[in-house]
Amino acid sequence: MKAVSGMHELSIAMSIVQMAEEEATQRNVRVSAVHLKLGMLSGVVKEALLFSYGIACDGTLLQGSQLLIEEVPVEVFCDTCQGNRKLASMQWFACPDCGTATPMVVHGKELEVTALEIQ
Amino acid sequence: MSNPQPRLLEVRKNVLKQNDVLARALRERFHAHGTFVVSLVSSPGTGKTAFLESTLRSLRQRFRVAALVGDLATDNDAARLARSQAPVKQITTGTLCHLEAAMVQNSLEGWNVGELDFLFIENVGNLVCPSSYDLGENLRLVLLSVTEGEDKPLKYPTIFNSADVAVITKMDLAAAVEFDEAAVMANIHAVRPGIQVFKVSAKTGAGMDGYLHFLAQRRAELRSVVAIQS
Repeated sequence: MKAVSGMHELSIAMSIVQMAEEEATQRNVRVSAVHLKLGMLSGVVKEALLFSYGIACDGTLLQGSQLLIEEVPVEVFCDTCQGNRKLASMQWFACPDCGTATPMVVHGKELEVTALEIQ
Repeated sequence: MSNPQPRLLEVRKNVLKQNDVLARALRERFHAHGTFVVSLVSSPGTGKTAFLESTLRSLRQRFRVAALVGDLATDNDAARLARSQAPVKQITTGTLCHLEAAMVQNSLEGWNVGELDFLFIENVGNLVCPSSYDLGENLRLVLLSVTEGEDKPLKYPTIFNSADVAVITKMDLAAAVEFDEAAVMANIHAVRPGIQVFKVSAKTGAGMDGYLHFLAQRRAELRSVVAIQS
């Protein structure tokens, strides 16, 4: 759980590597890439995570593997439109169509490994 | 590596699952004991510790209260909070910039949760990293002082969005720093519509009563849910 000061992305990268290593060992395969869904509201910065991933992979079975990040935009439920809408701005939690303010977040908090590329 | 062609293996794994599972277990444990848990997040220097010290002093007249306080290196905050006479434990995180559920669980060792009405958890001063980690709390308070920029909620929408209550601190300095209250309220509500906001001064005590009453009320609501369930 050691991380460089002020950056929780390294401990998150280490968790990702650990997860992928477990799968690789169980299935006796080599992992060449990890696919990750990263919500814009997850509190994790993409660039910092990519940087940390390289460090976290060093000396593990994942060394040389790639982290492929799919960013998930923030989607809220609009009570007025009765549907899910993508936020136009992270600084304005409101329906982009009708302007109704809404705190109901449907997507955007994801921090999820979705697939591994294996050989 | 007999097959050089990569295959796609679908897995669905929440990276923070371990923390989330622990946090859920903590929440259930607190719930079963009727302990109401409040976490505090803010930038360094917002006045979390002064605010918490004042909170502990007032609440301990009527309730059994305790606090955990996260800090990078020192136990200065724990020493300050201990002046309130409430049980306080320091969690020194070393280089880690946030608290995690496991740290909360470990530091509860030796404490009887069943003997607590309120547990406060002061996170490391940081508006970024703590937002991803559930600590099993009932309420997450985000604090912002009048001496910080009015646009801070817009700069850190994730932490404000993840909070349940916002507290504006150091209100006694509002006039001196020409604090634009309307702008801050608009910015907080832009990133977290409907959130309850308290304006307080831990120094003068202004606004503290309303906030303390709110906490007591929320705890009573939780207790009534526990009573119905059991």
